[in-house]
Amino acid sequence: MKKNWLKNLAVLGTAVIISLSVASCGPKDADVQSAAATALAGDPTTSALQVSVKDGVATISGECKDDACKVSSENVVKGIKGVKQVVSNVTVAPPPPPLPPAAPVTISADDNLSKMVTDAIKDNAGVMASVKDGVVTLTGEIKRADLPKLMQKVQALKPKKVENKLTIK
Amino acid sequence: MALQDKYKELIDTASSSGVSNLQVREQDGVLYVDGDAPSGSAKDNLWNIYNKIDPDFRAGDLVLNVNVGSAADGGKLKVVTESSNLNIRKGPGTDQPIVGKAGHNEIVTLVNKTSDQWYLIRTDGGAEGYAYAQYLQPA
Repeated sequence: MKKNWLKNLAVLGTAVIISLSVASCGPKDADVQSAAATALAGDPTTSALQVSVKDGVATISGECKDDACKVSSENVVKGIKGVKQVVSNVTVAPPPPPLPPAAPVTISADDNLSKMVTDAIKDNAGVMASVKDGVVTLTGEIKRADLPKLMQKVQALKPKKVENKLTIK
Repeated sequence: MALQDKYKELIDTASSSGVSNLQVREQDGVLYVDGDAPSGSAKDNLWNIYNKIDPDFRAGDLVLNVNVGSAADGGKLKVVTESSNLNIRKGPGTDQPIVGKAGHNEIVTLVNKTSDQWYLIRTDGGAEGYAYAQYLQPA
């Protein structure tokens, strides 16, 4: 009986030693995960990513805006104590579609512009206009209340520029 | 870029008030802003901001060409003169003879857009001819 008791004790003791040694072989997954998450959150480019750790294997997920962000997230997590391996499920966002090219500025030819300007100022007695190289120069007199409407009409003709030298009554 | 900063309020308002096909370009010291405004009041608002930033439009560094959204052929247009009648002419040009008139605030029908400046219109009274587009807005 005494022999058996000793044997049981030995088995129990071995079990305790084994379990202690396994537990002490590295930090806990939860602590590693927390440290990895904090490290990712510290960089604005990787702060939207998630990381989970199981048995020392860190899995990163989420979306990065470019490859550099994906690589840096892997390096950051690899550097955390207790991470044995990194699995990256990070996807990289497709690049935004290129902006449509700005339409070139259209400027009316002088002869056509002159004709259109004549039409535009017709209702404003006292206003004169000249056109040269796309620049419309307005001279004469106008009431302040009539000025916005006149400018709307003239600027809609695709001039290069409108020089307002009108005297405002 | 300096002009875009000067007229930032105008450009921002154009975007936020629903101006479509908005184009903003700077070339040889002049800023060109083109687009289609959703309403006459949106256009007027942009011109008020323009007049505020550059009082009496003296600087000559902006060409603002924002027109009120295009009515389709056959659509209805309203005459937006100050108070007077709108001349309807035989051809597209103020040198063309007057063939009729549309009253202030009268609703007319767009037959087609001959150019950005001249629309072929028809009144309910049957007069048909060309009228100056700046005095017409979608009804």
